[in-house]
Amino acid sequence: MTMADVRFLLSGDTALTAEFGNEISESINAQIRAFNIALEHAKIPGIVETVPTYRSLMVHYDPGIISYGSLVKKLKSLLTQLDKIEIPPSSVLEIPVLYGGEEMGPDLAFVAENAGKTEQEVIDIHTSTEYLIYMLGFTPGFTYLGGMDESIAAPRLSQPRVRIPAGSVGIAGKQTGVYPIDSPGGWQLIGRTPVKMYDPNRETPILPQAGQYIKFRAIDQAEYDRIAAEAEAGTYVCRSYPRGEGAK
Amino acid sequence: MSITILNPGLLTTVQDFGRIGYQQFGVPVSGVVDPRAMSIANILVDNPEDEAVLECTMLGPQIRFNAPNAIAITGGDLGPTIDNQPIPNYAAIRVEAGQVLRFAGLRSGCRAYIAFAGGLDIAPVMGSRSTYMKAKIGGVEGRKLQKDDVIKFRKPNPDLRGLNIRHISPEFVPRLEYKLRVVLGPQDDMFTEHGIETFLSESYVVTPEFDRMGCRLDGEIIEHKGESGDIISDGIAFGAIQVPTAGKPIIMLSDRQTTGGYTKIANVISADFRILAQLKAGDRVRFAQVSVAAAQDALLTQRAALKTLRTAVSRA
Repeated sequence: MTMADVRFLLSGDTALTAEFGNEISESINAQIRAFNIALEHAKIPGIVETVPTYRSLMVHYDPGIISYGSLVKKLKSLLTQLDKIEIPPSSVLEIPVLYGGEEMGPDLAFVAENAGKTEQEVIDIHTSTEYLIYMLGFTPGFTYLGGMDESIAAPRLSQPRVRIPAGSVGIAGKQTGVYPIDSPGGWQLIGRTPVKMYDPNRETPILPQAGQYIKFRAIDQAEYDRIAAEAEAGTYVCRSYPRGEGAK
Repeated sequence: MSITILNPGLLTTVQDFGRIGYQQFGVPVSGVVDPRAMSIANILVDNPEDEAVLECTMLGPQIRFNAPNAIAITGGDLGPTIDNQPIPNYAAIRVEAGQVLRFAGLRSGCRAYIAFAGGLDIAPVMGSRSTYMKAKIGGVEGRKLQKDDVIKFRKPNPDLRGLNIRHISPEFVPRLEYKLRVVLGPQDDMFTEHGIETFLSESYVVTPEFDRMGCRLDGEIIEHKGESGDIISDGIAFGAIQVPTAGKPIIMLSDRQTTGGYTKIANVISADFRILAQLKAGDRVRFAQVSVAAAQDALLTQRAALKTLRTAVSRA
């Protein structure tokens, strides 16, 4: 990555957008993650918060502490030092999912039929990938995931559901994801996680982070009930491990 | 030591400066639409600038005081009265137990802010008391105020010193056409030269589609270079002016989503949020380009004025 590749764009007088490319790609997203981590370490006075997206990092800052010109200078210099900063590997967040069933995954049968596979094959494929969290947005805790096997892609519902319970795992086109809060929606629902992706009153309100990976693990009803009880009591901790070290 | 909402008005919510640090998790900032009006209201009653206030939209609430306290009302002029006697905006007022604050009707602007000395007893969620109705967090049960809501004061201070000098002239002045200064970007390069010229020379009118999330304008179509106004989603700042493929601008406000997939031609400068926040359907605006350095200067000048006000009030 060279400095010249990154464009600094004005987003008003208290934010700027550092644009790393104009496509959705894992390598661009990795650069954004590295830059964001480097920025955190650099502790540049005046930076208020950063927002990673598919292809850019929005940097909110206080112009009373640092001007646009000085900030851009500092960011450019940080870019040249990126290779000197040790970036820890991304972690994988394991999300337990109860697949199928009328209540939890009413559309699993349709997704399987649509793909010309058995339900078990869809589950095997869905749980075999580590999905990159490109960014969060849309609603609190909603992850934009990449990497789903296209063989299990499925069209959206022609008639969206009025209320989808939090924790529902769905497929829409080539995307997959988890509904963090109860909301209306048109995704094909294939299962549900007992884990609370979002809980405004928890110390860490939102579990997933941009740049991290999500891996789904199939569980049965008994494990679902056990985890749901722990999640309700606030004692359940999602397993996470550095990427590359694999599950267990 | 509380207030009771007798009538909530059109849309009254608890707000402060919003949730900072959670946009990366998809949580909108929320907060007041007019941060300057909130700061002034708080300063007038000796609160920290970031103390939560009530944001009242167009038709104000009716509020009964169950204990005395000092308040200040700023922003748009919704016609405040105490026991049906008009009271001034932009002034600290002592309200007695049993008295009722009512709003007679909208005179100018759109949003008024009520600061209560010592603040309101509202539990912060993710570091902020701001109400975000869509995710049902903050404020009173994550919703707009309703009849019979009771909100406690934290540390009421009815005996605020020097009430007689705690006032300034109202800042918002209604005009036939408002000027909003903008900094071009981040996607100004996706518009034709003609498109940029249209944006900076035509006047636009606020449509009835305006809320805490955004403000939709109507006027001359702003021309994109390509056929589409779509981009790969990126971050959205307060005051960002989105122009979707149809070519009509939408100005993004407090409850905006954290990311979005429309081209953003420019961003209203922070110093003009006090005008932006007071626009309502039918108002006309014209955009004027300034440099980012000029925009930041204007903001710092406004902040300095707040400091001066704080000093003056502290001598009361």
